[in-house]
Amino acid sequence: MSGNMNLTLKIWRQANANAVGGFVTFNVKNISPDSSFLEMLDILNEELEVKGLDPVAFEHDCREGICGACSLVINGRPHGPLDKITTCQLHMRHFKDGDTIWIEPWRAKAFPIIKDLVVDRTSFDKIIQAGGFISVDTGGVPDANAILISKEAIETATDAAACIGCGACVAACKNASAMLFVSAKVSQFAVLPQGQPERYQRVQAMVKKMDELGFGSCTNTYACEAECPKGISVRNIARLNREYFNAKLKSENVEA
Amino acid sequence: MIKLNAKIPKGAIEDKWTNHRFNMKLVNPANKRKYDVIVIGTGLAGASAAASMAELGYNVTVLTYHDSPRRAHSIAAQGGINAAKNYPTDGDSIKRLFYDTLKGGDYRAREGNVYRLAEVSNSIIDQCVAQGVPFAREYGGHLDNRSFGGALVSRTFYSRSITGQQLLLGAYSALSRQVGLGKIKMITRREMLGLVVIDGAARGVVARNLVTGEIENYAAHAVVLATGGYSRVFFLSTNAMNCNTTAIWRAHRKGALFANPCFTQIHPTCIPLHGEQQSKLTLMSESLRNDGRIWVKLKPGDKRKPGEIPESERDYILERKYPTYGNLAPRDISSRAAKEACDAGKGAGETGQAVYLDFADAIKRLGKKVIEERYGNLFEMYELITAENPWEVPMRIYPAPHYTMGGLWVDYNLMSNVPGLYVLGEANFSDHGANRLGASALMQGLADGYFVIPYTIGDYLAGTKFQAVKTDHPEFQKEKVAIDEMTKKLLSIKGKRTTDDIHRQLGRIMWNKVGMARNEKGLKEAIQEISDLREEFWKNVNVPGSAEDLNQALERAGRVADFLELGELMAVDALDRKESCGGHFREEFQYEDGEAKRDDENYTYVAAWEFKSPGEWALHKEQLEFEYLKPTVRSYK
Ligand SMILES: Cc1cc2nc3c(=O)[nH]c(=O)nc-3n(C[C@H](O)[C@H](O)[C@H](O)COP(=O)(O)OP(=O)(O)OC[C@H]3O[C@@H](n4cnc5c(N)ncnc54)[C@H](O)[C@@H]3O)c2cc1C
Ligand code: FES
Repeated sequence: MSGNMNLTLKIWRQANANAVGGFVTFNVKNISPDSSFLEMLDILNEELEVKGLDPVAFEHDCREGICGACSLVINGRPHGPLDKITTCQLHMRHFKDGDTIWIEPWRAKAFPIIKDLVVDRTSFDKIIQAGGFISVDTGGVPDANAILISKEAIETATDAAACIGCGACVAACKNASAMLFVSAKVSQFAVLPQGQPERYQRVQAMVKKMDELGFGSCTNTYACEAECPKGISVRNIARLNREYFNAKLKSENVEA
Repeated sequence: MIKLNAKIPKGAIEDKWTNHRFNMKLVNPANKRKYDVIVIGTGLAGASAAASMAELGYNVTVLTYHDSPRRAHSIAAQGGINAAKNYPTDGDSIKRLFYDTLKGGDYRAREGNVYRLAEVSNSIIDQCVAQGVPFAREYGGHLDNRSFGGALVSRTFYSRSITGQQLLLGAYSALSRQVGLGKIKMITRREMLGLVVIDGAARGVVARNLVTGEIENYAAHAVVLATGGYSRVFFLSTNAMNCNTTAIWRAHRKGALFANPCFTQIHPTCIPLHGEQQSKLTLMSESLRNDGRIWVKLKPGDKRKPGEIPESERDYILERKYPTYGNLAPRDISSRAAKEACDAGKGAGETGQAVYLDFADAIKRLGKKVIEERYGNLFEMYELITAENPWEVPMRIYPAPHYTMGGLWVDYNLMSNVPGLYVLGEANFSDHGANRLGASALMQGLADGYFVIPYTIGDYLAGTKFQAVKTDHPEFQKEKVAIDEMTKKLLSIKGKRTTDDIHRQLGRIMWNKVGMARNEKGLKEAIQEISDLREEFWKNVNVPGSAEDLNQALERAGRVADFLELGELMAVDALDRKESCGGHFREEFQYEDGEAKRDDENYTYVAAWEFKSPGEWALHKEQLEFEYLKPTVRSYK
């Protein structure tokens, strides 16, 4: 089945972190509407490779919307024009023959560009390393059913835990705030019994790290929720704020 | 001559692991930090191993080619993870999980390993819950279970359709905690390209910094590979785009034996191909087979829409052929049944290369809400990809390469034949025999990482006298030179074909001739064709860009170079195994009703291949012994 769409692409190209970047125009032909957006980029890259030209660098892996590797701001929106999906889940049937598509990397101080559309998101890992876990060593834990958890709590925790760490929330935010990401992890553990012992240290340590890394502050525009491919709710941010406030009240020995 | 010793402990099967743990040497806690261990990979196996070893006090360095440890392919697992908890009290036990796994693998795995896997399975669930992994719960707050193929009990723990993600984030959080504590050095965007063997033992790796292109050396007392499976040899598979065989293949070239490479799993429930531009295939979780019914048209060539075909003109293939297990028959059997029906012209859709997976009855019986709760996001995912609404028209599914049971040979301690080289998770061959049951890969990865390697590595470290080795050792330099040369060569060919183009062609050979059904003629042709293609690759590939840069084309080319060698070995192995078992179906060896015909007398062995040169291997056999479960014809009728 050969395709039938011809498109003009305006793609951000930048040789490395320190180079000056800019948009470069490409044309792709015969794209099947059933192809995914990234398959369309594969086709472009194969054409470049055959000519011995450097393919456009972009990040991707699972192509199922779960690994969080793919990114891309497409026509001004992180993960493209559809709600609640990742770029890798976007199909060409949502574009029209003859369209011009603008493709850019995530832009945020805490996510420096590495090359073309690839950015460095290790700052997210650093936030988790600062406290986004339950301190438990391997072995010596109670039987799984010894900890009863209500269906409601598990649903709330799972909703929050579904975050894929892609960074669209940061890319969507005019302040480049990481509050949605951080609040999702804080919420997951705040509503589970296992998370209680470190509840207040955790929120303080994670927020502190987030600030250190140069993420902006949250001014409640909710752009993050609108662009989150997993529909992570801003209610988590409200919970984080509550947790943080309580932590300040209750803990004396942890500084933020 | 390599002598294979599986090192299965003596004694009754229930006591082997307990006794072995007691008999193993221990490293003095104060000395543990003097031992450096390198872990390659941060999937379930790698992340759990690294975290657990760091907790014990070892000095751990972890490498991954991803930008973050959380991206490892384990993240994509949907369905669930098995354990013998018997919470639903439906007759499960360690013994039954052991039995199901061994039988599911068509008696081509070791009893000792499989029993241990079943034995530690329960601890995995406890561990994950303690980490805050949100497994599904019942109203009373207890853990919920579902069933998977190849089992008559409900033993699969799950978290919506994102079980792999949740388990990986659990292991990732344990890993991150150790990184934060300074006990793990986490090094991302590094691809291991070579194993360093000194005086016969694994003493380090050489890796490429994927951002700068620099080749870096890492020395250690032991190296742990947890680098996942090699289904991408088929080009189209359910695996993530970057999954590859390079780490284990380079180790294989350095002397590690590759076991049962032809044992690959073709998963029955994937979304069918959309066309030539396809880059990968999407799995629909096998859990769908709990409630979905698989059928095809009774009459070949029937052009009607599914809704217009009356009950009497449908063939519920699995229910008809396997009344006991029905739609939950194991993967290899279900995949083959689908292929047979499609080959006979009864397939669904325009291409005829699909079967229906129909929820109409389940929706009637349980109501939309229950189905929504169980499979809601899978239904959404299906619609997103196919633009068809599975609430209204039955899903179309088709088999796709999914998992590789084969991998580097390891003994009971998960050590390869190269001392100090351990292999965990999908990268080893250990527990699934010729076919893996659903929800057992996550179990095995975490068993290996949380509960096996932390013990067995101590025995090796405590019992070995080590020479001091630093990264200026000439073996590192030798390895680096070899890699530089390969890179230079790849960049200088400047031929006419892209890496993907050649990879796609390899995939077609593999799928047609080393895929779901194999025969002598096809395999011999495949061996020739792959070898020719490999030659063409080294003459005619075009890899642009430079070595001193982020160069994804170069990364892909190196991986495909290795696939072009591995593919041939898979065909060689499949040709050697003149029997059908599990995922390895040789058309010459089947019963009259089309069921696989094992040859226990001649093939109850692990085929462990030693690398000689590209296209040349020597076969070593590890005889499998069955003391507790005598192999019988595997029947799911
Ligand atoms: C779509 C899908 C769904 C699945 N669902 C289930 C399920 O429901 N239940 C189940 O039990 N199993 C399931 N499986 C199988 C299971 O997910 C995998 O077998 C398992 O997760 C593999 O884990 P792993 O730790 O061995 O490897 P992976 O998770 O693949 O991790 C490999 C790691 O190694 C790294 N790596 C590899 N090579 C190199 C190198 N050269 N240098 C540096 N780093 C390297 C990678 O970066 C990665 O971190 C599924 C598989 C797929 C494809
Ligand atoms: S590639 Fe994994 S989420 Fe898009």
